[in-house]
Amino acid sequence: MGAGLATLLLLADSRFPTGAHAHSAGIEAAHGRGDVRTLADLADFLDGRLATVGPTEAAFVAAACAQPDERPELDRELEIRTPSPRLRGVSRSLGRQLLLAAGIVGPTLAIVDLRALHPDGPMQPVALGAVAAAAGLTPEQAALCSLHHLVGAVTTGAVRLIGLDPFDVQALAAGLAPTLDRLAADAAATALDHPADLPAGTSLLNDILAEHHATWEVRLFAS
Amino acid sequence: MPPDHQPGQPHHASDGHTHGHHDGLPDDTAWAFGAPGTRALRVGIGGPVGSGKTALVAALCRLLANEISTVVVTNDIFTTEDAEALRRMAVLADDRIAPVETGACPHTAIRDDISANLDAVEQLEALHAPVDLTIIESGGDNLTAIFSRALVDRQVFVIDVAGGDKVPRKGGPGVTTADLLVINKTDLAPLVHADLGVMDRDAKVRRGTLPICFTSLVEPDGAVAVAAWLREQLASWRASASER
Repeated sequence: MGAGLATLLLLADSRFPTGAHAHSAGIEAAHGRGDVRTLADLADFLDGRLATVGPTEAAFVAAACAQPDERPELDRELEIRTPSPRLRGVSRSLGRQLLLAAGIVGPTLAIVDLRALHPDGPMQPVALGAVAAAAGLTPEQAALCSLHHLVGAVTTGAVRLIGLDPFDVQALAAGLAPTLDRLAADAAATALDHPADLPAGTSLLNDILAEHHATWEVRLFAS
Repeated sequence: MPPDHQPGQPHHASDGHTHGHHDGLPDDTAWAFGAPGTRALRVGIGGPVGSGKTALVAALCRLLANEISTVVVTNDIFTTEDAEALRRMAVLADDRIAPVETGACPHTAIRDDISANLDAVEQLEALHAPVDLTIIESGGDNLTAIFSRALVDRQVFVIDVAGGDKVPRKGGPGVTTADLLVINKTDLAPLVHADLGVMDRDAKVRRGTLPICFTSLVEPDGAVAVAAWLREQLASWRASASER
């Protein structure tokens, strides 16, 4: 078993208090448009996330873990890859909240200099990479944590919004495990690359829907 | 855990303790913890949907805002409706009210994962420093909801007569342990055949000596007794600071 495994489980646990429970990673916006109604739709949605934003964010998490000096540049590069102002704001609030939680949990996790990186806090993947490094995790573990969070946010959102069978949804997530392992290894392989050279996969529809979602009068999730 | 962490005290970031250097970089804002009384008193107001939490917050702001520097964080399940309602009522300046969106689980945002609320509280308190009173209104929830002691110093639980006179007997952490139990909508008691005496008796059984306040917030002075309780809490909060 890898070193730091218990710490990885702690950071990966949805009960770790970072405020992420209020977000659906885009599933509510897609559901509202009628795009996600069945388990098969959910599988397609996850495939899309794991082909675009998922690996991009995982790459930045791994790089922020491996290259402390490049964190300001990583933050800037990731911002460029996030066209939606709404999603940039969400990412920074989640980054800020992660630093808050980590700093209280333990002094070794207090990566507080990152708070000065941007007035609204760091982009969440940069914060996660930094916290993971401080916790002694590897870039690959940090990237896996990010991908696990993405799948967790989407699947939890789908269960709450659509009432899909929670066992079927977990079976879907379990089936993605080899994909997540592979994407985490890919992210680790580019962890020492120059920030500008990291992946830039985005899904523009998701960004547009996020802007639209923010204007809904009634919504269950903040994003 | 930082060496000066006091379990059970709400977290506070702004009284600049430092805890050395981590990750090779200066640690200039390590999360320190405000001593009792040295910052705003943080009061949580929780309770079921429709029991009158927003009405109570509005009434308290009207009664207290002229004498006490007050900010409010609202928690909405679906929208920012409660914050907007408070702004429409103009009980406080708009920038003294901030909404937190809680993502389907209002109790999680006040109990298990308070980070979004703590973030909002600290931003409001910094923006309007010095703040005397920070009110955190929970999203409407069930009888199991309770505020984390790391988020608030005092908590008020609001139930209403129209929810049925059995609610106090059913108990739950809010009814049983809140620092103040408010039983609202007493004006509706005859219409819903609720017995206020039964509610009072059952609430006392659950709560022992903890205070209970019957209100009808549709009356002009409906929240006066709650405001008086809050003034007492604020005074004891400040006294705890001067004793240190």
